[in-house]
Amino acid sequence: MSAAIQLAHGGGGALMRELIDAEIRARFADDALAPLPDAAILPSPGSRLAFTTDAFVVSPFEFPGGDIGRLAVCGTANDLSVAGAIPRYLSVALILEEGLSFAALRRVLDSIQATAAEIGMRVVTGDTKVVPRGQADGLYITTTGIGELIDGLRLGPEHVRTGDRVIVSGNLGDHGMAVMCARESLPVHPAPKSDVAPVHPLVEAVASFGDAVRFMRDPTRGGLASVAHEIVEGRPLAIELDESALPVAPTTQSVAEILGMELMHVACEGRVVAVVDNTVADEVIATWRNMPQGRGARVIGDVVDGKSGRVVLRTRIGGQRFVDRPSGELLPRIC
Amino acid sequence: MIYLNGFRDPLAAAALRARIADSASRLSAERGPVRLMEVCGSHTMAIARSGIKAMLPSNVELISGPGCPVCVTAPGYVDTAVEMARRGAAIVTFGDMVRVPGTSTTLAKERARGATVHVCYSPAEAIAHAQNEPDREHVFLAIGFETTAPAVTAVMHQAATHGIPNLSFLTAFKLVPPALQALMNDPDVALDAFLCPAHVSAIIGADAYRPFAAQGTPCVVAGFEPLDILDGVEAILRQMLDGRSFVENRYSRVVKDGGNARAQELMARYLRPIDASWRGLGTIPESGLGLRPEFSTIDAEVRFGLPQREGKPNPKCLCGDVLKGKIRPAQCPLFGTVCTPIQPMGPCMVSSEGSCAAEYRYAKGAA
Amino acid sequence: MCLAVPMRVIEAKADGRGRVELDGALYDVDLSLIEDVHPGEHVIVHAGFAIEKLDEAEADARLALFDELARTYERESGQRVRLAAPAREETS
Repeated sequence: MSAAIQLAHGGGGALMRELIDAEIRARFADDALAPLPDAAILPSPGSRLAFTTDAFVVSPFEFPGGDIGRLAVCGTANDLSVAGAIPRYLSVALILEEGLSFAALRRVLDSIQATAAEIGMRVVTGDTKVVPRGQADGLYITTTGIGELIDGLRLGPEHVRTGDRVIVSGNLGDHGMAVMCARESLPVHPAPKSDVAPVHPLVEAVASFGDAVRFMRDPTRGGLASVAHEIVEGRPLAIELDESALPVAPTTQSVAEILGMELMHVACEGRVVAVVDNTVADEVIATWRNMPQGRGARVIGDVVDGKSGRVVLRTRIGGQRFVDRPSGELLPRIC
Repeated sequence: MIYLNGFRDPLAAAALRARIADSASRLSAERGPVRLMEVCGSHTMAIARSGIKAMLPSNVELISGPGCPVCVTAPGYVDTAVEMARRGAAIVTFGDMVRVPGTSTTLAKERARGATVHVCYSPAEAIAHAQNEPDREHVFLAIGFETTAPAVTAVMHQAATHGIPNLSFLTAFKLVPPALQALMNDPDVALDAFLCPAHVSAIIGADAYRPFAAQGTPCVVAGFEPLDILDGVEAILRQMLDGRSFVENRYSRVVKDGGNARAQELMARYLRPIDASWRGLGTIPESGLGLRPEFSTIDAEVRFGLPQREGKPNPKCLCGDVLKGKIRPAQCPLFGTVCTPIQPMGPCMVSSEGSCAAEYRYAKGAA
Repeated sequence: MCLAVPMRVIEAKADGRGRVELDGALYDVDLSLIEDVHPGEHVIVHAGFAIEKLDEAEADARLALFDELARTYERESGQRVRLAAPAREETS
């Protein structure tokens, strides 16, 4: 077995077979769905399905708190979860850069395997390609997922109404700041840790509230700000967030101060933003706080009548301002 | 962290707000709106982030000043850096610079076309990058106000003394006092007072504003935390009520009258005042710092034989008039058409908190 | 361009390097631009360089003044903080 990925590992020949047999099938093939065909025939669940796909490129692909493998599984599983579905099946497509070490590849695959097992998702199909050195940053992963919709949940921004409360399940911005610190080699100790984790337990725990849960989203790229805009965009509603209620981890806050980052714009990978009926807000918070994934849950704002589509921050010192949509690439600032 | 959070207390903010309202109500009987310029882009950012404008009475106007040294960096500087990158040099820069437009491109666009652009938090990273790739020229974009210049100069000092042969510096440092003087000299600019920058003042000292106070303009040095800013505004209003103008240092926990002597000495060893071109304001005499000729070995312009280009600011850009408060952003012919936050022309659009960027965003947000 | 935050000095080495702390996170910074800095003191850090010391007596005095203002305001106005600021909308 060679020590590094070569172009030929993506060529369809013996080396590719070796790669797939030794590294992929060894982990994911099982009785029911072996031998990992290109398209999986799924057992009919007899209910409505949710289907999603996502591509993952992150530099560096290993960072404090996680790696691209865990990220790729959680990202897709969480998209299904916040759509109100139980994540079931996963496809994994790998794009490997020539020269990637097998040791690194194994760590990522192990991480995919462990995370899928944690969620109870099964990897049922996939693909592997190798590109010449310099054409990818180590490896890229695309995952596609299928989930089974939970009865009784009807989620979507169209269900949100005035008087609803906005809730977040935990600290903001940990993933984005962890990756940025790792990428920019910022000399901080301990480095902020990514929050990358499955959120399905949080969703399933509040399913019994039914229609009182209006909307859920995982605030990934673009952060809380982008989710808040998604909720009110094009509707005769506004969202008011309380700066003093926004939960943040001290280390993450510290780095954000230094780099001039707005944590509302920074990605989480293991949180849920939910909009719920005012009458159940306290119960949802209590439910989540009893779970390891939701210990930091808080009400952070309100849905109000008003200038449509606006997101307003009530600042800690008693001012107020609009919250912008994030504008693309986040960069450390000195200004 | 008491020295941050203590200066963000809501109740003290409410108290300061009430005092500002009281002072402003006593002023308004005598005159029209008070126009205070917050000189520094970091003040502008902090004011926006804390929603401070919404806390001020309607007859107190905060005017954003020349902004940040990044926003006022002239297009020709970016063109020169791009040319160095095209000749194979790796560019090392603060993140703020990568979206600043040159005549026809930005470093972000050049990076997508294959240029090497390292974004750094500390200028010291330039040395590490240069040592990692010893066969390649590295150019650090040495921009900044007086706050940043000493840190960059310390790295110049290391590069010069330890001999990092493949690292040079493209300088475009800017100085705050000459820009303030230029604004005061402009008969079209009507300003009542300066809210003076926090960390520029830590280096140059509060005494640097004495000439402006002597010309009748109250100058208050304030920190960047919300209470500092409200406190600074309140101090300015008090001076105006008393009919006085003097330099008042409300950031005495950091700023001394004479500033940081050690930093000043280091800068004086390596840098000398030069005329500098400000995007939006034009050339202001002795308003920048360049490397002294004896350090030409680390001067990127000398090493590449590439003196900084003139560059072509869009001739229709009226940022200068916006900065000076002569026109509203929407009165500029480029506003919202040629010039947008994605494709900015002048500093007021380059900076996310510049007057034009803010007006563009809120106009769109309301739609 | 002048983002800088106060941090507590943990270690100041002879070569001008040092380690500082903010909110439990430790950072390696350059202390060579300031004189005579000792562990326990606070410095203002910009772009990885300490650019000035923070004078704690001055800071504490200012905080005490703000605290006094806040108490007086609370007593006189009889009201707690209002979190919203309806005075006018920010437009620029």
